[in-house]
Amino acid sequence: MNQLIISAATEGEAKSNPLVPNVWEMGVVLVGFAVLMYIVVKFVVPMFEKTFAERAEAIEGGIAKAEAAQAEASAALEEYKQQLSDARAEANRIREEARAEGAQILADLKAKAAAESARITEQAHAAIESERQAAVVSLRSEVGTLATTLAGRIVGEALTDDQRAARVVDRFLADLETQSAGAAK
Amino acid sequence: MIALALPAQDSGSFTPPGIDEMHLPAILPWGAHDGFSKQMLLVILSVVIIATFFILAARKQQLVPGKLQFAGEMAYGFVRNGIAKDIIGGKDFIKYVPLLFSLFFFILVNNIYGAIPVIQLPTFSHVGGAYVMAGIVYFTWIIIGIKKNGLKYFKLATVPSGVPWYILPIVVPIEIISNFLVRPVTHSLRLFATMLAGHLIVMLAGSGIEFLVMQENVLLKGASVLVLVGAVAMYMLEALIMALQAYVFTLLTAIYIEGALHADSH
Repeated sequence: MNQLIISAATEGEAKSNPLVPNVWEMGVVLVGFAVLMYIVVKFVVPMFEKTFAERAEAIEGGIAKAEAAQAEASAALEEYKQQLSDARAEANRIREEARAEGAQILADLKAKAAAESARITEQAHAAIESERQAAVVSLRSEVGTLATTLAGRIVGEALTDDQRAARVVDRFLADLETQSAGAAK
Repeated sequence: MIALALPAQDSGSFTPPGIDEMHLPAILPWGAHDGFSKQMLLVILSVVIIATFFILAARKQQLVPGKLQFAGEMAYGFVRNGIAKDIIGGKDFIKYVPLLFSLFFFILVNNIYGAIPVIQLPTFSHVGGAYVMAGIVYFTWIIIGIKKNGLKYFKLATVPSGVPWYILPIVVPIEIISNFLVRPVTHSLRLFATMLAGHLIVMLAGSGIEFLVMQENVLLKGASVLVLVGAVAMYMLEALIMALQAYVFTLLTAIYIEGALHADSH
């Protein structure tokens, strides 16, 4: 392409001053620019500005809408949070109540059980004591009878005198107790 | 660079292209001047391209844009918000969007021509177009300044506030020269010179490659590859500069307009 330009250029032409303009070219540029300005002022700028304005309006409308939606959403969120914390408090309260109630029931049951066990123990003690008393009494009379009979047989003498017999038995038992105490020592 | 220097050492037959090659023969000669040139065709083409693209992109306006509409809005928004709103600001920046928008895309398309194969000619490599563009901007900001501040504008623009009176004789001429004389010249020549230089470099690389390929010496023939690599890199750089200059030109316009609008606070 450059070669074309160069070969087209004729050599040996008079030296031209590059700062001296071609008047016809200036005219063409002036007219061309004026036509362009006219088209731009008349059509291009108004059309673009119209769209820009419309778009700005649409965007601003959209922004307002979005802001409203945002406010609504945050209000709903606030409400939801409120409900959630209410529900949490309620649940806590119920749990606390249940725990207290449970503790109360447990304490009651424990007291009841302790009382019952004390009563049963008491009864058992009483029964054992009475049994023991009965056993001691019956043993004492029986051992006395047996011993007297035995001694009567051995001695051949009837120890019919109750008072004496009782005394003999008591002495015997006291001996027995001291013996067993000595053995225990 | 070394590769580019080689043909010069060989001397003799290689003549690098110069300023004269910037002037192509007219497509349709008429009158005393060069007639209808390639540049003129490209200017008209650029107006058609820009108008068609943006009208197509803006025609079916929907809130959710399609691909073409999105591209159009990106481009429009770049000038509207990235330049006009950021620099001029306030509520009335929208009044200057059409001018900035037209300037940016008119210059951009006419510059990018230089990077498109076959077309490969940035319109502003001829100084005339750059003079016209800078001139339009020059009168625009002066008129805006006068409308906003009245004739007092010239005093506001040239006499900085808060400067001691005995320095004013030095500062005022400097302000007049820099604001009203140098500003339009640098504004136009910056655009023109970068485009001319870029175009010259591409032409030089092209003719250098052509010359080296024609050489009998195999090494010299091979050296053309080096030039080609360099030329591709320069081409990329040029494409960047083409877009950048369109941006710089528009940005400076916005800064000048802002300065005229708020002359009293500067």
